Amino acid sequence: MAGRGRGRGRSQLSFNIEVVGISKGDNLPPATLQPTPLFPPMEHKPVPLQVGEEAEYMLALKQEFRGAMKTLPYYIRPAAPKKDVERYSDKYQNSELTDGTMEWNPDWRRLPKELHVRVKRPRREKTPAVQRQGAQARVDTEDIIHKLETLEKKEEQVSSDEEEGEKKKQEEEEQEGEEEYDEEEFEEETDYIMSYFDNGEEFGGDSDDNMDEAIY
Amino acid sequence: MAAQEVRLCGLLLQEHFGEVVEKIGIHLLRSGALNLRAVVQETNTSLDLVKKSLCVLVQHGMCTFERSRRGVVEYRASCERVLRILRYPRYIYTAKSLYGDTGELIVEEILQRGQMTMSSAVKTVADRLTHNMEDGQSMDYAEVINSFTKLVETHFLQRCPPVVDQGTAATAEPSSAGGPDSPAPTVTKSAQPENHPDCYKVPQIHLTGRGKRSRSSEDGEGDQRAAKRAKVDNTEHGDEGIYWRVNFERFHLHFRDQVIISAVASKLDQTSSEIVRTMLRMSEVTTPPNAAYTQPLSANEIFRSLPPGYSIARPILDQYLTLLVDDPMEFVGKSGDSGGGMYVVNLHRALANLAKATLESVVQERFGSRSARIFRLLLRKRHLEQKQVEDFAMIPAKEAKDMLYTLLSENLVQLQEIPKTPDHAPSRTFYLYTVNQLSTARLLLQNCYKTVGNLIERRLFETRENKRHLEKSQRIEAILASLQASGADQAQLQEVEEMITAPERQQLETLRHHINKLDSSENQVDETIFLLEAYTSSTTKASH
Repeated sequence: MAGRGRGRGRSQLSFNIEVVGISKGDNLPPATLQPTPLFPPMEHKPVPLQVGEEAEYMLALKQEFRGAMKTLPYYIRPAAPKKDVERYSDKYQNSELTDGTMEWNPDWRRLPKELHVRVKRPRREKTPAVQRQGAQARVDTEDIIHKLETLEKKEEQVSSDEEEGEKKKQEEEEQEGEEEYDEEEFEEETDYIMSYFDNGEEFGGDSDDNMDEAIY
Repeated sequence: MAAQEVRLCGLLLQEHFGEVVEKIGIHLLRSGALNLRAVVQETNTSLDLVKKSLCVLVQHGMCTFERSRRGVVEYRASCERVLRILRYPRYIYTAKSLYGDTGELIVEEILQRGQMTMSSAVKTVADRLTHNMEDGQSMDYAEVINSFTKLVETHFLQRCPPVVDQGTAATAEPSSAGGPDSPAPTVTKSAQPENHPDCYKVPQIHLTGRGKRSRSSEDGEGDQRAAKRAKVDNTEHGDEGIYWRVNFERFHLHFRDQVIISAVASKLDQTSSEIVRTMLRMSEVTTPPNAAYTQPLSANEIFRSLPPGYSIARPILDQYLTLLVDDPMEFVGKSGDSGGGMYVVNLHRALANLAKATLESVVQERFGSRSARIFRLLLRKRHLEQKQVEDFAMIPAKEAKDMLYTLLSENLVQLQEIPKTPDHAPSRTFYLYTVNQLSTARLLLQNCYKTVGNLIERRLFETRENKRHLEKSQRIEAILASLQASGADQAQLQEVEEMITAPERQQLETLRHHINKLDSSENQVDETIFLLEAYTSSTTKASH
């Protein structure tokens, strides 16, 4: 039954096409055989944008907001891919990026427990350095106190070879201890400090030795 | 969530929070509620990054969490909330126009950080204001506290609903979090901030002092960053755990009022718009947010509350009110005769008419004024046959046919079949053209989302193409700034400036112009989005 009275199967539609206004023998536009062009030419151009103080101010606000969000710690950058070779400039470049992400400490009471991110890796790097710093400070103060005590003892006591010898040995041990400590831990930055620190002990000891030897 | 909405959300998340958060956010938007392990597995991201992204999303209110029946915590992202990012500049500008620079900065800081305590907000804003003042002056905290309080009193800022960690669970419950009271572990499921009794209560904080001016170093950027970082002070100010966020709904009500007032001003005149503004201001506190019309106001009250600059005589006010009631846009309606006449502002009808005007304008700009005439005709007459359309619109048959088919192919107009006989024979069926306002509005809304997505993509493309130029110009600016700070002479500055050649300068100028145009287009499309969203939500959330 379907399509019996019309065009022998050529244009079969479910409704009478005359109702929508296409009469028989009408000049229809040619059938399209390809998808419409991606950027068809526009017959009606769009209306120009609003201009004015308000529009410009909102534009400035929008751009500033976007720029500000990029500097805040909420902007999460994916971990930098591992480089093939360690480069000298890495030391000076990468520290900038990680500063922002570690800055923000949310109120953990307001978040589920499972989201608690323990700030592990930078801590490990920081705490040994802090420990070293602390150790160095402690060693420094201990050294200073020790040396002050030995100085006092020296002034009080009569200079005798044995004691001097002992003291010298002690000093040497201390110095060796310090130097060993130095070489192990303070590789990069503190050799300047250690060589600068002149406690004057060596000077006194040396001159004493010289004086002893000189007195014939 | 429609495809275009999700795409736009992805672009917004990428621009403001980075690609990692975008990936997680899009996955959550597409999948509904997921627990942590599912997110990690399905997005192939490391657990650490997923945790951080979820923290960021929850902080900004774009993702909520709750304990599912099986006992795991499930996360759900909100598409609507992410799309609000588009409107942030409008919120900040409104705060500026209502409460000045201080209000503007408060809202901006809270939007940037999602939620903040009052004390940290006050401190950061005072520091920023001090930074912009002249040397020697600084901003007092009391002034900032004042502005903050005003924002809370007018409901533009609200407290975040409290979250109570019951051991392993995390449910949101309303409880009086004033400080001394420990929250009772009642498990009521409502997480709406409005249900919280202290939602708009300003806490007593002990915060006195003035804003600090950070040391101006050569690196101006480092300065800004130092001013922005909410330094973790060990001093407590008495409002620990009370976080504030921006109340978007209140801003939306304000925008809706603004739109109605400006429509009245452009259709009638300034005085009528002032009358409508007075009526809306009087009903601000008495009208619930989703009401279809405001509470009835008598003409006497309106007369008394008119602003002093617009003193008009009483009979003139009555005439204006009659004009407003008779206007076909139906902004104002008369609901009674007591007290000199009781008048209401028809909020939902006003929104519907404004949406209708938007649709008509869209058709006019895209298809021409004659197609717009056909469209308006169909909106008013509801259902028309082909022949009737040609007759009523007074357009020749061939052209009317053409235009109708174009509109039909764009889905702005629908074809409705009305059978005469039970067998639906084509020759004995009426075919009527019709326009369904609500579904057409929804369609246009999706188009708007697609438009903004396209605008953002084009802007990113332009930036990417000219990345090299942009980086070079930024480097040169940095060099210039540092030279100027260290007091170099004019010749050196000249030399550095010449490092950018003239054609490069031209190219940068065009690039800046394009980006500005794309950005302000986004802002303008957002205004249409607001109107259409307000209309669709007013019809779906139909109260009364």
